[in-house]
This record gives sequence, C-alpha cells and structure tokens, in this order.
Amino acid sequence: MNPSRRILIFGGLALAAMGMTYGLHYALFVEHQTLDGMGSSLAQAFTNAAARKMPEAQRAVTDFAATKYDYVRQVDVHSHWIGLAMLMVLLGVAFDQVAWSERFRRLLAWGMLLGSALFPLGVMVQTIDHGFWPRGLAILGSGLVMASLALIAFGFARKT
Amino acid sequence: MTTPAQLAASFSAMSARRLLVFGGIALIATGLLFGDLFAVFVLHQNAGEQGAALVAAAQAVARQDVAAVNSAFQHLGSLLEGRGTKVDTHVHMLDAGYLALLLALVQPYVALGASTKKKLAAWFITGGVALPVGIFLIHYVGLAYSPFPVIGWASVLADLGGLVLIIVLVIEAVGVVRYLRAGRAALEPELPHDSTWTRRTLLSGGTLLVLVGFVGGAHYAAKDLYRHERMEPEILGAMLQDAANNGAAELNTHINNFGGLAGEKAVKLAAHAHFVEFGLLAMLLSFLQPYVMLSERWQRRWVVVLLAGSVILPVFVFLELQFGLIAGGIADFGGLLVLIALIGMLVGVLRYSGSLDSAGGAA
Repeated sequence: MNPSRRILIFGGLALAAMGMTYGLHYALFVEHQTLDGMGSSLAQAFTNAAARKMPEAQRAVTDFAATKYDYVRQVDVHSHWIGLAMLMVLLGVAFDQVAWSERFRRLLAWGMLLGSALFPLGVMVQTIDHGFWPRGLAILGSGLVMASLALIAFGFARKT
Repeated sequence: MTTPAQLAASFSAMSARRLLVFGGIALIATGLLFGDLFAVFVLHQNAGEQGAALVAAAQAVARQDVAAVNSAFQHLGSLLEGRGTKVDTHVHMLDAGYLALLLALVQPYVALGASTKKKLAAWFITGGVALPVGIFLIHYVGLAYSPFPVIGWASVLADLGGLVLIIVLVIEAVGVVRYLRAGRAALEPELPHDSTWTRRTLLSGGTLLVLVGFVGGAHYAAKDLYRHERMEPEILGAMLQDAANNGAAELNTHINNFGGLAGEKAVKLAAHAHFVEFGLLAMLLSFLQPYVMLSERWQRRWVVVLLAGSVILPVFVFLELQFGLIAGGIADFGGLLVLIALIGMLVGVLRYSGSLDSAGGAA
C-alpha cells in the first residue's frame, strides 16, 4: 500500500473513530438535555405569551435560539467528521486510479486529511467562541477539502 | 487487465463479499424507494399540518388559553416525531447499505476465517434492516406493552439493530488490525482495478457530485446560516407580540414567514446532503462494475442514468422554492432514475453470480 493510500485509509479510520467517540459522548451526555431544552424553551415562550408575560416570553425565544445554535453545530461536527472519514477511506481504496504522480497524490491526501480534521473542528469551536477565528478555521478546512476533491476528480477522469 | 478467473475468484459463491454486495444494494434501493414515497405522500402534507399546529398555538396565545397552547405543542411534537423518524429511516437504511458496500471492498484486508466473515456479513445485513425498521415503528408503536417508562419496543429493536452494527464493525476492525500486524498480502482476491470507462466515469462523477455538495454546503454556511439563525427568533418574537397585543391580526404573515424560512433551510440542506450521498453511491458502485454482466452499451446507459438522476434530484429539490410542486415532482423523478439504474446494475450482478454458480455446478 503506497503512502498516499495509507494517509487516506488510516487517516480516515482515525477520523471516523474520533467522530464516533465525539458523537457517542454527545448523544449520551448532552443531546437529550439539549433537545429537551429547545422544546421546553419554545413551549415556554408561547405559554408565557398566553399569560401575557412578554419579557419572559422573549427571553425564552432567545434561549431557544441560543440552544439551537449550539445543537446545529454539535450535530454538524459529528456528522461531518464521520462523513468525511468515510469519503477518505473510499478514496483511499481507489486512489491508485488518480492519474497524478505519487508525490502529488500524497499532497492531495494530506490536503484531504488536514481539511477534514480542521473544518469540523472550526465548527465545534464556534460553540465556545463566536468570533472570526473559528469561522476562519472552518473556511480554511473546507477550502482544503474542496481544492483536493476538485484535483482528485480530475485525476480520476484522466486515463492512467 | 483482470482475467475472468481472477474476477470469478473475487466473487465466489456464498462468500461474505457477495452477501454484503447484494444486501448493501438491496438496502440502498429500499432506502431510495422509501425516500421517494416519503417525499410524495408525507413530506408536504406534514409541513402543512405543522403550520396548522403553529397557527393553533398562536391563536391560543391570543385567547390567553394556556391549556390550548400546551395541546397544540403536544400535537406539533407528534408531527415532528412522525416526520423525523421517517427521515431517519431513509437515512439509516441508505447509510447501512453504503457501509455494507464499503465492508465488501475491505474484505481482503480482514484477517478472519471465511465462515466468521460470512456470519458477520449476515449479522450486518440483519442489523442494517432492524435499525431503520425499528426507527420507522417508533412513532406508531409508542410505549405500547413496554415495561420501560420512556423506551418503547420499537426503540429497543432500533437500538439492538444499531448495537449489532457496532459489534460487527468492531470485529471487522479487529480483523483489519490483525491483517496489518501480520504484514501479509491480501487474504482473498482484491477487487479488480481495471480502468474502464464506466469505472472512471463513476469515480470522477461521484467525486464531482461530492464536491458540488460540499460547495453548496459551504455557500449555505457562508451566506444563509447566520441570516436564518437571526430570522427565526425574530419571526417567533414578532408572532408572539402580535398574538398578545393584536389578537393575532398579522398571524398569516408570521406563519408564512416562518414556513418560508423553514422551507428555504430544508431545501438547501436537502440539496447539499443528496449531492454528497449520491456522489458516495456512484463511487461505491464504480467498484462493482466488473461484476455487472451486461453489454458495454447497457453498462454505460445505467451509469449515465444514475449520474443524471443524481444531478436532477438535488438540483430540483433546490428549485422547489421557486417552482413549487412541479420542481418537487421532477426531483422525485430524479430519485426514481437513480433507483432504476441501481436495479439495472443489480440485475447485471445477479446475472454474473448466476453464471458463476451454474458454471461451478456444471463443473
């Protein structure tokens, strides 16, 4: 097995294990509480409004939005890590058919691995820090994945 | 170039790989059919009922009727559960099918006995069926006859299915680790690596589909995500203010805004997800092309039909915002094309396995 395939297959397996571990931890210890929180905030907003407690109703709407902001990102982190890992393993199986030199293939494999690790990490950090840097990290990671994928697709289309 | 004997050896009768290939394609085909039926008969109707439940909740706010608010939210919860479990059934069936095909690819690198591998394959397909069937039944079975306070029998079935999948994957991973530690050559014939037109087209087309899906997702995150997250509480807040102060005079406007926002989010995320899913499917199917026993012309036809459907469905899902149900109908047609191409390829693989088995029987 040449180095580029090894990077993709073992990098992908490691990323999948990380994503699954994170997802399992989230599902067991956080998700149900978060979903309950979202549902009860929304219901609370309506019942408070029915009781004409408008400041409390608006606060419940704000709580609902804040909880949903975190929930969407946490689920995205887990699913994107696992999805990208599966894509990397799949690419690794067929990577000999990418019609580029092995040196360039290795570069693409590193691009996929680095991008696939950084993009969801940036999304995860957004739940802690709402500033620019986590978004920048996610943009950098997704840019790396997109550039690598475009070159891999071109390599597959070329005749070996 | 792979010889016919090498090809036959990589797809022997009653092998784990054959079971995983047939089981995987069957799971994906069923998942696609379920998704198409869900889109036609459930999705839009459910969205309409959700809107009606939200109207009822806002009207109850206007009447200061707290009990009616709670009742409307209970109904809304039930609608969301019905929709959510059906989406999850579709997604989990497809993903179990993808994993089955991926496992079929890695079988040469799993250092376990042939009989163990076959049993694992059978258990994986069983778990892959039990998990989505259990998820589907959650909404209908509820807590009937359940000894547990919050978990019904359907959830138990789904969890058991998921557990079986995890156990099989862990044992397969142990097999891969054993293979790596032994540092030996592949234990059974590897899949052929011929660079045919069908394989190159599916690999490059699949990668491009994943790329387009990824670009779509990035575009959504950059342009729409934060705007949507700002709009949702604004609309809800305005709806509550209106219900409390004006007797819900502007209720239709708020409900339309909320429904429009939910619709925009749903179609953009569905387009992104379907591009990626179909890209992965095309790449997985590229590995099976040597086993599709059809004329070159028909092999190419099914590849083109599959890729065409894989583009039509997400593009027209995206266009549903502008063109409504017409675009929805064309998107469903795209899904049907993918399903037909998949069945066409399955027929080719069945013909190949039949020819191998009859030749073996004759010998």
